[in-house]
This record gives sequence, C-alpha cells and structure tokens, in this order.
Amino acid sequence: MTNPLYQKDIISIADLSRSELELIVATAKKLKHQPQPELLKNKIVASCFFEASTRTRLSFETAVQRLGGSVIGFDSGGNTSLAQKGETLSDSVKVISSYADGFFMRHPQEGAARLAAEFASIPVINGGDGSNQHPTQTLLDLFTIYETQQQLEGLNIAFVGDLKYGRTVHSLAQALSLFNCNFFFIAPSALAMPDYILEELDDAGIKYSLHSSIEEVIADLDILYMTRVQKERFDETEYQHLKSAFVLNGSMLENVRDNLKILHPLPRIDEITTDVDITPYAYYFQQAENGVYARQALLALVLTNFFQEQA
Amino acid sequence: MKKKLEVQAIENGSVIDHIAAGQGVKILKFFQLTDTKQKITIGLNLPTGGSQTKDLIKIENTQITDAQANQLALFAPDATINLIENYDVVKKFKVHLPESISGVLACPNSNCISHSEPVDSQFYIRQKQQIKLKCHYCEKSFATSFFKELD
Ligand SMILES: Nc1ncnc2c1ncn2[C@@H]1O[C@H](COP(=O)(O)OP(=O)(O)OP(=O)(O)O)[C@@H](O)[C@H]1O
Ligand SMILES: [Mg+2]
Ligand SMILES: [Zn+2]
Repeated sequence: MTNPLYQKDIISIADLSRSELELIVATAKKLKHQPQPELLKNKIVASCFFEASTRTRLSFETAVQRLGGSVIGFDSGGNTSLAQKGETLSDSVKVISSYADGFFMRHPQEGAARLAAEFASIPVINGGDGSNQHPTQTLLDLFTIYETQQQLEGLNIAFVGDLKYGRTVHSLAQALSLFNCNFFFIAPSALAMPDYILEELDDAGIKYSLHSSIEEVIADLDILYMTRVQKERFDETEYQHLKSAFVLNGSMLENVRDNLKILHPLPRIDEITTDVDITPYAYYFQQAENGVYARQALLALVLTNFFQEQA
Repeated sequence: MKKKLEVQAIENGSVIDHIAAGQGVKILKFFQLTDTKQKITIGLNLPTGGSQTKDLIKIENTQITDAQANQLALFAPDATINLIENYDVVKKFKVHLPESISGVLACPNSNCISHSEPVDSQFYIRQKQQIKLKCHYCEKSFATSFFKELD
C-alpha cells in the first residue's frame, strides 16, 4: 500500500484533506525526533526559484540534504533561459522532469505551480506562486501549532496585523478551519480579513470575532500569530497610531495562558519587540526551524513510501 | 393569431431570448457566435411587455446545444433558447449554470500564469448571492462583470 501523498503534487492547501494534513504533521514530528539521513539517497530534487526567496529556498535545500538527497537548481529567474530566452514555463518543466525525481518551485505568477504540475511527469511542490499559495509555510505553521499544543483541535488562535494581503494567514485559517479552531482577527480596518475568507469560515461553521487590539483577547489565547503591518500602506502618522495597537511587547504578556505560543512567519520588523524573545511564549525561531522538518515530511511522503512501510 | 415578431422571422435556427438588456453584444463576443457565415439578427433593448427591456439573438441554420446554452447562463441567467424549425418553435429550454467553463474566458488577473502558457483557461463556477468564477490556475474568484473575451 502507498501513502496517500506518494507521487502527488503539493500545490494548494485546499487540495489537502484533514487526514492528509495530520499525516504531514505526524511525519514532520517523526523526522524531527528521528532523523532519516539516507531516506532520499540516490534521489535528485530540483530547486527551481524563478523568483528569489532566500529563506524558503535554504529551508527546502536543507530538508533535501538532511534526508540524504542531492539538489540541482537555480535561485532566481534572471539566470534561467526562461527569463533570458523566453522559454515557456511548461517547456522548462518538461525538461526538469527528465533530470530530477521531484521538484519544488517558487514563481512570481499566480497559478505557476498548478500549471507546472500539469506538464511535469514528477511531483511538484509549490514554494509560493505570486500572491496565491505558499502551502509549505502553512504546513510548518500547522506542525508548530501541533508541537506546542499537542493537538490542532479547538484551539483559540489570534491573527494580528495585515490580514488583508497576507496569504499566510488566509491559508492557515483555511487549514485550521478543518480542526474547529476559534479565530480572533486583529487588524486595522484597512487591512481586515477579506470577506471571501470570512464567508468560507461562515460556511464551515467556524467561530470567529474581529478585534482592534491584542489586549482585548490575549488572556484567552493558545496561539498568537503575528504578522507585519507594512509601513508602505499607510502615511506616517496613521502608521504610528496603528503600530501601537498591533505591536506586541513583553509587558502585554503578564496575564496569559501558560501554553500560549507566539508565532510569526518572519522576517519581523518591529511588530514584536525583542524583549518578547526571551519569554517562554516566543516560538518564532523554532517555527522557522520547523520549516525544515515540515519540508522534509513532504519530500519523504511524496518521494518515498518509507513511513507507510514502517506503519 | 400569430404575434408580430420584434425581429425578423427565420425558417430554421435558434433564438436566444430573454437576455438581460446590455448583455447581448457581450454574449456574441464571448462565445464567438459571429464566427459563422449564417445570418444573425440581434435585437437590443426590446420591450418585454412590462417596464423592462431585453436583448435577443437569432442565428439561422444553427442548433444551439445544451452545453453552449449553459455557458450563456453566465451572462444571461434568465435566457431561453428556442429552436426553430419551419418557422415554428419546436423546442424551448432554459439555461443552467455549468460547473466549469474552459477555453472561453480570459482570466481577469493579469498576473495569472494562464496568459503566457499553452493552456486553456478554466474556471469553476459557484453561485451564492452572485455568480463567481474561480480560476483553476491562480485560484482567484471573479464576478462575471470582470471578464473580457479572449484575444
Ligand atoms: N420563426 C421564428 N423566427 C424567429 N424568431 C422566432 C420565430 N418564432 C418565434 N420566434 C421568437 O422566439 C421567441 C420565443 O417564441 P414564442 O412564440 O415561444 O414566444 P413566447 O410565448 O413569448 O415565449 P417566452 O415565454 O419564452 O417569451 C420569441 O422571442 C419569438 O420572437
Ligand atoms: Mg416572449
Ligand atoms: Zn487566473
């Protein structure tokens, strides 16, 4: 029997069922505690960054090498024949398919990974397609939430900051809605969660509420997911005013649950002051580290049947 | 007594009736109904009897299929298709929204990969209060008013 993700493409969080999400999280946990340095021995994984993204690329390439696989690839669209000679993505993908056993890609256009998967004969993992999806970020977030709370079911989770343009929070909220979590959305009204996401949550029967400051809800939270409010979107006075409501500092953490963990997709600018870093609630650097395990889990499941044979 | 037709009679063909006023020309363009040598007559802003107006398209010697008719539903949800034989309406049916539509509409998202690659556009159709089309590639959803025809 093969695992349900074997040889599958990982394009969009919405394609994954609750049990597939659970499988990925459980596999990430196993790999974190029991490294498998030979799992991808003799396998070649292509790392195709048609747009630069240092963190995601390093995390993926580390994941491949930690599993004993080798990496080929390129790290920005400008160096590829695609950009220079006008080759279509579909042609590039056919060629890459003949070299590697699987690939992950980042591309500046929405839908690129879905399209690549249609032309590829090997599994494709989406490392971000324009403003659309970034499923491996969501998976590492899910793994981190699971790791810190020992479950995903019924948690109280606040999202803070830019909830309008932040694809990270959109797809994390969509994934967590399969686990009956309660959401608190904390954002300036100009950056509020878009209606279409709220409608989806309504349809799924998910409980959520909207707030204008972190303090309103912090005492009830299991997870506080911070994101950056981009300065460029506001004029200076407006920004200074907003900042105070959407910045987390150490003094706000006096009256919180013991199990509270603060997450952030990084890079952080100034929305979490550094005095938070030394509290037991800060977990964003561990979260970044977990990116490697979540990506290892995907590679292991998509490219091998190891965990199925173990079970 | 036979009613007087608002637009010239045809012997054989199809009549797309009860198109919301303003959508008739769009429909001709989107569905390339004019890619034919057959005679087409159109009526725009025709009175419906009540206070409203409608557009109407008649195409000679052409049978509109169910599948084609259902695509029209995106822009004319209340349209009726009348098949004409020997000057009489021999079949009349309503249009129903299809589940998806491919190769007809261009994605309104200019940064969508579907524009620059050798693939057909494809959209999944949902209707709540409003009809929305979700792009298979970029996963963005759009109301029908955002669409322009394919080049
Ligand atoms: N021979 C024909 N040539 C062209 N158009 C025709 C012909 N016969 C009918 N039509 C048109 O087809 C449509 C449907 O005709 P029908 O006689 O069923 O009218 P109706 O009773 O008003 O139908 P509906 O209830 O659908 O409006 C009308 O717009 C009519 O003008
Ligand atoms: Mg009539
Ligand atoms: Zn699109």
